Amino acid sequence: MASTRASARLAEVAPVFAALGDQTRLRLIARLSSEGPQSISRLADGAKVTRQAITKHLRALEGVGLARSSRAGRERIWELRAKRLNTAEHYLEQISNQWDAVINRLRAFVESEE
Amino acid sequence: MHSTDRIEKSLILRAPRERVWRAISDSEQFGTWFGVKFNGPFVAGARMHGKLVGTKVDEEVAAMQRSHAGVAFEFSIDRIEPMRLFSFRWHPNALDPAIDYSKEPTTLVTFELEEMADGTRLTITESGFDQIPLARRATAFARNEAGWSHQARLVEKYLALAA
Repeated sequence: MASTRASARLAEVAPVFAALGDQTRLRLIARLSSEGPQSISRLADGAKVTRQAITKHLRALEGVGLARSSRAGRERIWELRAKRLNTAEHYLEQISNQWDAVINRLRAFVESEE
Repeated sequence: MHSTDRIEKSLILRAPRERVWRAISDSEQFGTWFGVKFNGPFVAGARMHGKLVGTKVDEEVAAMQRSHAGVAFEFSIDRIEPMRLFSFRWHPNALDPAIDYSKEPTTLVTFELEEMADGTRLTITESGFDQIPLARRATAFARNEAGWSHQARLVEKYLALAA
């Protein structure tokens, strides 16, 4: 049972780790984490990869909920949202556990003699 | 695709479809295992009022639920398609009597039945979590931190190594 739950959790976080499993993306996360929200131009400054590549990686992080962007004038500002992701996923896992408990009660109810 | 918006549960119940249908679509039977007393029968479009009373099928759970006993519980019936589908909208985890959840977005819960050789397949989905205010999710987070914080720490460690 415990290992099923553990593997279910792993399956849940796998996309996050997959998104993190790239040197460029990890560097982007490290910079957004230490320097705060910033534009792609600033992120591209001093980087070894192109603006286009950076945009692509940021989109990947956005896809798993780890980053988000907003428009500020002509620029797009990117920031981390790791906290929101943790909260959202934990919340869902808790609700999911509650459903498991509810289902057990329903099972006991319908599988017993009437 | 990684989703924070929905939950899906699919399982086989070793009981005839008629039996399962009654258990989910009859408000009294629903109340018996779920642990809530409703003000009337389920009718499509109806707004149901209930009170949490504790389940009658599991004494241990009933004891835990007693801490929430009497908490008002509302849901609106969405669709009733006999023997096949029952759905409703509610406020998930709305257990704090001091909070008025009525103006907040709801999630949609759907029970679907399918006859199988060895019983009845029940698929439960709950969707719309992305619309639930972050403050509500944060409360749930604070209430039971054990499970996910472990994963959060792993992510932090991973980030620390990369920095």
